[in-house]
Amino acid sequence: MSESQSHDEKNHNGVPAPREDAGIIGVRKGMFGADNGGDTSGYGGLVRTVTLPGATFRPYGGWFDEVADELEGALEEQDLLPGNAIEKTVVDRGELTFHIAREHLVQVARTLRDDPALRFELCTGVSGVHFLGDKGRELHAVYHLRSLTHGRLIRLEVSVPDSDPHIPSLVEVYPTNDWHEREAYDFFGLVFDGHPALTRIMMPDDWQGFPQRKDYPLGGIAVEYKGAQIPAPDQRRSYS
Amino acid sequence: MSTPHATPRATTEGTVYTVTGGDWDEVVESAVKSDDERIIVNMGPQHPSTHGVLRLILEIDGETVTEARCGIGYLHTGIEKNLEFRNWTQGTTFVTRMDYLTPFFNEAAYCLGVEKLLGIEDQIPDRATVLRVLLMELNRISSHLVCIATGGMELGATTIMIYGFRDRELVLDLFELITGLRMNHAFIRPGGLAQDLPPGAIDQLREFVKTMRKNLPEYDKLATGNPIFKARMQDVGYLDLTGCMALGATGPILRSAGLPHDLRKTDPYCGYENYEFDVPTADTCDAYGRFLVRLEEMRQSLRIVEQCIDRLAPGPVMVADKKIAWPAQLALGPDGLGNSLDHIKKIMGTSMEALIHHFKLVTEGFRVPAGQTYTAVESPKGELGVHVVSDGGTRPYRVHFRDPSFTNLQAMAAMCEGGQVADVIVAVASIDPVMGGVDR
Repeated sequence: MSESQSHDEKNHNGVPAPREDAGIIGVRKGMFGADNGGDTSGYGGLVRTVTLPGATFRPYGGWFDEVADELEGALEEQDLLPGNAIEKTVVDRGELTFHIAREHLVQVARTLRDDPALRFELCTGVSGVHFLGDKGRELHAVYHLRSLTHGRLIRLEVSVPDSDPHIPSLVEVYPTNDWHEREAYDFFGLVFDGHPALTRIMMPDDWQGFPQRKDYPLGGIAVEYKGAQIPAPDQRRSYS
Repeated sequence: MSTPHATPRATTEGTVYTVTGGDWDEVVESAVKSDDERIIVNMGPQHPSTHGVLRLILEIDGETVTEARCGIGYLHTGIEKNLEFRNWTQGTTFVTRMDYLTPFFNEAAYCLGVEKLLGIEDQIPDRATVLRVLLMELNRISSHLVCIATGGMELGATTIMIYGFRDRELVLDLFELITGLRMNHAFIRPGGLAQDLPPGAIDQLREFVKTMRKNLPEYDKLATGNPIFKARMQDVGYLDLTGCMALGATGPILRSAGLPHDLRKTDPYCGYENYEFDVPTADTCDAYGRFLVRLEEMRQSLRIVEQCIDRLAPGPVMVADKKIAWPAQLALGPDGLGNSLDHIKKIMGTSMEALIHHFKLVTEGFRVPAGQTYTAVESPKGELGVHVVSDGGTRPYRVHFRDPSFTNLQAMAAMCEGGQVADVIVAVASIDPVMGGVDR
């Protein structure tokens, strides 16, 4: 109780709020990429968790609060509880990210586009990210929306599990996403429901698998250079 | 949807289906009705006027294009996937090869993203930023020259082609002087630049600006008022502002529809807010408008280049943080630009710590705190955005490029359908797609 009060006080003073709900996406072990006992330095025993920036609490600062207020207000007007649509808000490195529940994505995007106070007219496409360590939410679809009217840029992030990679298509709201969604489908296997023609765009039509998933190997062959064998890039030592 | 070909009929013994001849009747009927002139043509992927390996699938009725589709992916090289297996600095050598006509924009966008993730935007030396702007603006000129030159060639205006490549050669000579390479420079690195300007570069840059000021009006004389050129370009590849916004088209296509949207003005990076230049627009929404916009943008770029030259103050070109700055020193030897022998002598002979540091940075690289960022630059083709994700390691976790060519190419169908076959070539040329960027 006292903790939450102090949170509130901090918020009122305009001090950046603490982060909770840290997004752990993996655990790193060792340091030199050698896991076969060859490392005698002691660094092989290092264990660190990999954490993405977690949720931010108000105030977000700058125009971020204005956008968040407008969005929440507009969603409430449509009888949608903002808490149901916006799972998490993250402010990191001066960028605002709304994590959106997939079932409300189209409505949120339409609101962001049409509300005069928001007016994010331009979508710069969708980028897939595959977090193998983010259990139950492995596949992320990241949208960047630009408002030419207000000169703002925000990010929407939708995360779905590997086992059910369905996300509603935004093509009806932003027709520019047509090829971008095909690209994300091609590389990550994200299925955009409602897309007019969700086919592969870069890879051959009969390609098996989704190449930019993290469990899909890069491939390549070892190359001889000045008498030495240089292994393929994904076989080389990696530093964690 | 279609008429049922097995009509049900209720009888005392249940429903009976009478199977008829499928949709054969309709097929015959429509074949009789259809025009013999209607054919589907593959244009490309090995067609000289499709700017590389773009495949256009055109449904043609006589000389009219009724449907147009793009087939892309012939130049997909998996650059985004490859980046995940190299360290952050090595990334520049990959991204520079994407849109091979705008290497400095690819490098700058990527490096700005990495620097933002590192939180060192404020530590980038002024000289490095000014040189980045200088190189990008020179690159804008060379990219637009290729667009105008090849676009002219596809119309049969080979003089424009010769002029365009003549002037582009001047820019490439500067690139070669400054970076050692005509393309695929990997010159802009996270933290700054690979190298400072070589001696004599400023004089050559000034000379170039003077030459270009003399050469640019030649394009006006050749093309701008040329009735044949105008007849081929005007009202071709029409895409108005609504279409641009819906299809996400940016760059000269958007500006030819009258909206002066330029990230250098609306969302400045690299200190563009401190430079004086105009954002040219046209209100014709067609290929001719895009030509005029590109021509004017080259003049504006020359203005920026001049301001950069005046603004260059001596100083470092790499961030002071030795944990990020690439340790190798380059020097010009008898066989070209290579490792500095003095630097090698120092680290090999006098300082073990320097050698260890060098080795660690080159083999392992630096770590970038976990998070994601989106940075965008105004490339000659439009908004070039980079979504960089780090998991705190020495390699990018995911890098996605929103290449303007890729997005703008979607507008091809809207520009071409209903027009003439010959106008497809003009429309595609006015989009200025580079397949290296489209397919990555």
